[in-house]
Amino acid sequence: MTQVAARTWTEVRAAKKSPIPEGLWLRCPSCGQMIYRKQMEANLHVCPECQHHFRIGAAERVKQLADTGTFQPMFTNLAPTDPLHFKDLKSYADRLLAEQVKTGQVDAVVSGQAFIKGRPAMVCSLDLTFMMGSMGSVVGETITRTIEHATQAGLPLIIVSCSGGARMQESGLSLMQMAKTSAALARFDDAKGLFISVLTDPTTGGVTASFSMLGDVIIAEPKALIGFAGPRVIQQTIRQELPEGFQRSEFLLQSGIIDRIVKRQDLRSELARIIDYAGK
Amino acid sequence: MLLTMSSFYQLDFERPIRDLEQQIEAAEARLKAASAGTEIVGVPPGVVANLDEIDAVPAADLPGHIESLKAKLSETTRKLYDNLSPWDTVRVARHPQRPQTRDYIQFMCKDFCELHGDRRFGDDPAIVTGFARIDSFKVLVVGHHKGRTTQEKIACHFGCAHPEGYRKALAKMQMAEKFGVPIVTLVDTPGAYPGLGAEQRGQAEAIAVNLREMSRLKTPIISVVIGEGGSGGALGIAVADRVAMMQNAWYSVISPEGCAAILWKTANEQTNTAAARALKLTARDNLGLGIVDDVVQEPVGGAHRNPAAAADLLKAWIVSQLGTLKGVSGDDLIARRYERFRKLGAFQETLEEAVAAEAR
Ligand SMILES: [Zn+2]
Repeated sequence: MTQVAARTWTEVRAAKKSPIPEGLWLRCPSCGQMIYRKQMEANLHVCPECQHHFRIGAAERVKQLADTGTFQPMFTNLAPTDPLHFKDLKSYADRLLAEQVKTGQVDAVVSGQAFIKGRPAMVCSLDLTFMMGSMGSVVGETITRTIEHATQAGLPLIIVSCSGGARMQESGLSLMQMAKTSAALARFDDAKGLFISVLTDPTTGGVTASFSMLGDVIIAEPKALIGFAGPRVIQQTIRQELPEGFQRSEFLLQSGIIDRIVKRQDLRSELARIIDYAGK
Repeated sequence: MLLTMSSFYQLDFERPIRDLEQQIEAAEARLKAASAGTEIVGVPPGVVANLDEIDAVPAADLPGHIESLKAKLSETTRKLYDNLSPWDTVRVARHPQRPQTRDYIQFMCKDFCELHGDRRFGDDPAIVTGFARIDSFKVLVVGHHKGRTTQEKIACHFGCAHPEGYRKALAKMQMAEKFGVPIVTLVDTPGAYPGLGAEQRGQAEAIAVNLREMSRLKTPIISVVIGEGGSGGALGIAVADRVAMMQNAWYSVISPEGCAAILWKTANEQTNTAAARALKLTARDNLGLGIVDDVVQEPVGGAHRNPAAAADLLKAWIVSQLGTLKGVSGDDLIARRYERFRKLGAFQETLEEAVAAEAR
């Protein structure tokens, strides 16, 4: 096994550059309004003018979902390696380190136990800021352990997805994470566990084609891009313009693929409600 | 037996093979003419190699010359195919004459009883399903099919299945489980179809459900990547007890071109070559990673040179696996299948306490 990522957290943290100061104001990419950043953040990173849902990291997501102070991180001892010695324009080892320094995270997933409006659950979120939330071995293993723990502990399972898909730099091993996580969900299903899959912008590729689409209940945030193939690939294949709103949450709801569209402000109460109906 | 028709599709790196084949063809034509008492002037139609050398060989020496050319040909072919680059392997895997699922069914199986349709939307010709007999075993065969004629290729979307294809596969597999029939799947797809209808009908969901359900089907499942193993579209019928790749197949999370376009920003000969290498997509690579359990050898020069011999080798492997899995209980099968995929992945694991201490 290569030792490329054998850095400890302390080293990664020390190397983390001080964050670039963010402006007090930002322009909403959806409505174009200048909005006060603090106000947007206090509004769960949703534009107060047009309800545009900004993309958020896993730490912020988990903080939003869990009752204050109840999130207990788990499986934090897994770190990525470079099993294939993958190199494109940049080596995977270098890319991993750069992403770790940039985000202060080891990989693209956060998982743990939490309470949601007083209801215990396993809560897991992918992180788009780390290599586009792509699923390699660490993401796959963390999700699998989360599912297995939920199975053993008899807890409801909530996974928030946002991902570009399976991680190319781990090639076949990334692909196998799709089978691994889905097989773990089969056992969770056999044990009559409740899995609520929350799809956020964007969720595509191998993540959609595995655990994300296997929720007993599948919820999406408004206007999230959700699909198997990316829009560009589809456009190149069929050589025609894609219809307006194609692959957005509203389109998936109409197509019968998801159960509900839930605004971020309502997510906690909706999750609690479904746990009450279906949970043990 | 080697195919030596001039219409035979030619890969660049096979040029030395083609040259030798043409020399043999020409020498044989001359020998035939000489024994018939006629004289051949010039070269046979379709032959473009430099054949002066052959013309200089006296008729009496031709048989010996042909023998040595044939020896050289098999040696050259073997060497070339033993040292294929990953990108050339992808080309071989896509060779238009490479046997496909329907060819293998014809070669390996008796009494194929095709079963159509997903009972929901339609019948996707990109995935073929049906009962068949292989040796003494009754099985359900499931396989991607790319199509041979232009018309068939278009109908099959070149082996890119739609959701209805994956749902058809699952419906038939669940029926096979009900009757205790083992399942043999043949994987050969560049990927699941990326299109409007496919997305609208839940391509991702169809594949995901197959992954979950195949993991708990209580009947033996054997999968072989016979050509292209393109990503989720391949895996969608490849969650199995035993997985193999044919020697010149590829299996990866993305095609080399797709990978090159994203990571190298452009797909061309050079970046495709680099991506194919980086992706570790060959049978040998996947065997090393534990993603497949075995590699099924192909005849010298690839399955396209001798489909019948390729089918014999494939059949022998499948039959041996069916024998091994026969009599294993359904519960044991799915427990072992779970472990097979559970252990796949590469990561470092430190003690949880150490991490917790560090975080403080
Ligand atoms: Zn706005």
